[in-house]
Amino acid sequence: MQEFMLIFRHENAVGQVSPEQIQQWMKQTMDWIGGIAAQNKFVRGDGLPFDNARVVHHNKMVTNGPFGEIKETLGGYIVVKADSVDEAVEFAKGSPVLQGEGNTVEVRKVARGDGIH
Amino acid sequence: MRKPSSIREGYFFMQQQELIPHLFRTEAGKITTVLCKLYGMDQVELAEDITADTFLSAMETWPYKGIPPNPAAWLYTVAKHKAINFFTRKKIFDEKITRELQLPDIISENDDPDFSAENIADSQLRMLFAVCDPVIADESQIALALRILCGFGIEEIANAFLCTKEVIYKRIFRAKERLRNVKFQAEYPDPVQIETRSENVLRTIYLLFSEGYYSETNENTLREDLCFEAMRLVNLLLENEKTNNPSANALMALMCFHASRFAARRDSQGRMIFYDDQDESLWNRDLIAKGSYFFQLSSKGNEISRYHLEAGIAYWHTIRNDTKDKWENILQLYNKLLVLEYSPMAALNRTYALSKARSVGEAISAAEKLQLNDSQYYFTLLGVLYKNNDAEKSRNYLNRALELAKTPADRDALNRQLRG
Repeated sequence: MQEFMLIFRHENAVGQVSPEQIQQWMKQTMDWIGGIAAQNKFVRGDGLPFDNARVVHHNKMVTNGPFGEIKETLGGYIVVKADSVDEAVEFAKGSPVLQGEGNTVEVRKVARGDGIH
Repeated sequence: MRKPSSIREGYFFMQQQELIPHLFRTEAGKITTVLCKLYGMDQVELAEDITADTFLSAMETWPYKGIPPNPAAWLYTVAKHKAINFFTRKKIFDEKITRELQLPDIISENDDPDFSAENIADSQLRMLFAVCDPVIADESQIALALRILCGFGIEEIANAFLCTKEVIYKRIFRAKERLRNVKFQAEYPDPVQIETRSENVLRTIYLLFSEGYYSETNENTLREDLCFEAMRLVNLLLENEKTNNPSANALMALMCFHASRFAARRDSQGRMIFYDDQDESLWNRDLIAKGSYFFQLSSKGNEISRYHLEAGIAYWHTIRNDTKDKWENILQLYNKLLVLEYSPMAALNRTYALSKARSVGEAISAAEKLQLNDSQYYFTLLGVLYKNNDAEKSRNYLNRALELAKTPADRDALNRQLRG
């Protein structure tokens, strides 16, 4: 069993959303994660809120947030257990993040979890 | 036992036969733990001997002199004298013989045992933390807690766990070996122990409760006694401000909600009654109210433990009406519980909640991904989910569950599903 990180990227993340939409979104996310956890394949996960976000540039200049010059923003990630990248991709397909056009879920193998590193 | 010769005596016998086992349970644990606190954990056997001797005295005197007005106080006084006598004898023995033989002194001089309510509670709390040492195997922790803290007999514990007395003896022996070196300092459990061991204490108590709640033993009273002992132990934690925390309150709430259905869960032949078929008027409203009270107390602070989530799920089960809202809440609680801590049972229950909150189709496709192929409950769930849209598949799954079922109660429940 390997570990894969599913990374959520949102396009146009800054926008107006209603509390009902947030609630609906939370519910869908929890259903998705709950379904993975029910298979004992959920490892961990975190949302990455934009409040107080900073970007540190190569000249050590610090700017507020990742917004502006980047088109896509990182919204969060989860780590799952899977036998293969294909299984991890199947999990990713269920993510409600994908309801937003232009959004993506990037699937990356976690090297630490493979028993070698 | 001697046959009662008059109605009055007969009444007395009846009363006594109920009173002594009850007293033994509640008081033996208290006496043993107080003595252990005083003499040290390496003297558990001595403490148990003094306790047993005390109850023997009660059995010998009460039938002739009558039950004393305050039986517990009588027992404490006798236990205290027996302890003092033991040490007087030992002192003489030490002075006359041990010194000659130059044997090491096992126990040094101690104060007299103190059976005040405060010291009893303190001793029991200490013992609870000592027993719930993660180095001791779970089943041994539970057996030892039942034996020393709750005063259960070896045979009763064996009956509750459906195993032989020898197995229980072994478990308790091993656990005691581990406990020999525990020293009850003035401050025990200290803040560090409370911090590191509280979680394990709650887990052990919850296991004890579950043993009672799901026990296969036919003895109803025994099952309930296990559960109520678990609740009494949480109460010990709640009564002490150092150990009263939100998780402990949540665990208490959870157990109250579950226990409220005791009377409704089994019919007169001891057969399991499915939740949907239970007579709601048998649900204990007082326990539900008590559960709600502790549930409210558990919401202080930001911590959400598995007990909070399970108490939430149990709370929704105290509401009979099957609404989408109810099952939506249960589903979300199971989602969170699984993220916190996976268990096959939670995974199966989540899938059932999904069928109620969303659709059976959605639940079936989720269930098929679980692949818990060695669990009878997995096939039971599939059988139930397929019930209304593929009768043959449903029967096949229920039959597979039947092949895996280990206990008569489970087989009986499955046979009823197959017929119904």
